[in-house]
Amino acid sequence: MSRPLTMPLLILALASLAAMVLSVGIGSVSVTPGEVAAVILGEGSHLQQTLVLELRLPRTLSAFATGGLLAVAGALMQVLLRNPLADPYVLGLSGGAAVGALLAMLAGLGGLIVSGSAFAGAMLATLMVFGLAHGTGSWTPSRLLLTGVVVAAGWGAVITLMLAISPAQRLPGMLYWLMGDVSYARSPWPALVLLFLVCLLVVPLGRSLNVLARGPMQAAALGVSVRPLEWMIYILASLLTATAVTMAGSIGFVGLVVPHMLRLVLGNDQRLILPACALAGGTLLVLADTLARVVIAPEQLPVGVITALLGVPTFLYLLYRSR
Amino acid sequence: MNPLQAQELVIDIPGRDDGEALNFSVQPGQIWGVLGPNGAGKTTLLHTLAGLLEPRQGAVFLGENSLNELKRRQISRQLGLVFQDRQDGFPATVLETALIGRHPWLSPWQMETGADERIARRALEQLDVAHLSDRLVNTLSGGERQRVAIATVLTQAPDTWLLDEPTNHLDLHHQVSVLQLLTEQARAGRSVFMCLHDLNLAARWCDHLLLLFPNGEACWGPAKRMLVPAALERLYDQELLTVEVDGAPLFVPVKH
Repeated sequence: MSRPLTMPLLILALASLAAMVLSVGIGSVSVTPGEVAAVILGEGSHLQQTLVLELRLPRTLSAFATGGLLAVAGALMQVLLRNPLADPYVLGLSGGAAVGALLAMLAGLGGLIVSGSAFAGAMLATLMVFGLAHGTGSWTPSRLLLTGVVVAAGWGAVITLMLAISPAQRLPGMLYWLMGDVSYARSPWPALVLLFLVCLLVVPLGRSLNVLARGPMQAAALGVSVRPLEWMIYILASLLTATAVTMAGSIGFVGLVVPHMLRLVLGNDQRLILPACALAGGTLLVLADTLARVVIAPEQLPVGVITALLGVPTFLYLLYRSR
Repeated sequence: MNPLQAQELVIDIPGRDDGEALNFSVQPGQIWGVLGPNGAGKTTLLHTLAGLLEPRQGAVFLGENSLNELKRRQISRQLGLVFQDRQDGFPATVLETALIGRHPWLSPWQMETGADERIARRALEQLDVAHLSDRLVNTLSGGERQRVAIATVLTQAPDTWLLDEPTNHLDLHHQVSVLQLLTEQARAGRSVFMCLHDLNLAARWCDHLLLLFPNGEACWGPAKRMLVPAALERLYDQELLTVEVDGAPLFVPVKH
């Protein structure tokens, strides 16, 4: 709208950069911001090169991509369901992904296969919820939401069953996955590229999303082709969530709290909110992951615990304050 | 402008027989009123005419083209609709709400410019809600929200206005000023098609009327010919007294 869109994004971009430098610098061996810059420019000692480029930077970038993807997916789901309290996991996506990942772990498989299986589980959950919500009648947000919640509860039961029957030595890895943990993440680049592409896509789509937030009838009356747009949001949000879950397990509350807080400050223009979510969600998860690494170092906490511990009180406070 | 036309149109009301197929054309400069009791299908008719609901039979035309052949965007440049109820999941200001009326006119890559904002602000002024520009819509009174909704369609600037109970929640003065605004729109060569509950407002401001009976029966024509007390009594299942004021009939329900 009339207010400048670039200023908040610039501030958020600087904040994410600062968070990343901080995250790369902090740990068992500290690296100053100057040294981080030097290493990225191809200088610095061999030890610093290895530490920054091979260990910390990929993890930091993974955390950033995961947080960004989850926050953008959350914001998209909220527009789709016309419900400011929707979350990327509310439709049972993380449940499907978790069942996929745990199945692979239970079979004693690791690494890439766990990721692939998680992704397949997430996509299966997406198709299932969408197919069931479509049903024989119309496709309404409340029906989609209810179907998702019930399917998610079903996944929850399957997860509990799998935990109950799995051998004890596999349990820690499974629990870590369930709580969300960036240290499993592999290359951050596909996720970062996806995040960037989505931010570009919202430029032409943004105003239609703003109109859709007023309800499908109003949007149709103002010239939006509602059904194709809703399909697109659903597929996009599912893809983003599946990518994030595959990288880092299920990390709660980023997709719920980040868009909600940004809307309170920046209003509800999706052309601003979606890129802002990418930056703020990324920043939040980078900071949470840094905290998870250092709080009880050399042990690590799963980052999902940190985001939930931060997210639950924040969200309850927002809910309490809301009209 | 392209006149809005219903051809052999049967609206789809679940559990009701087809009734009478509608054949009418809303010409530039005309103001149509739709009268009927609760549940007669006034809103369904309006949504069908806007292409938001599929008819059971027949078609709606904008000029030469049936709505099915047109893209939503093309329709929305010619046809505006004021809904009876609005949902607001997310908070938005009054100015933002009016500005979405510009959506059909902007390409996906365009941002709203100062010119768009001026159009929206002018519409808010005309509806007497400009002083509320920065307020959140969900904090407004029912009547204020109604006027913001009308301002949004004024910003959209369609040739054909469809309105669902535009005088709902409005005080007497604002009822009159909204109907006055619609009359000006019609004088400027646009057309207006609205559902009304108030028989007397319809009698005073509409030049054409469509009576919609709950069983699917319907009749339409110039207002003078349609304002027959016996037909109106049957329409509402209510005895009426008719008096003449200011050269126009005034209908008063009989009190027992």
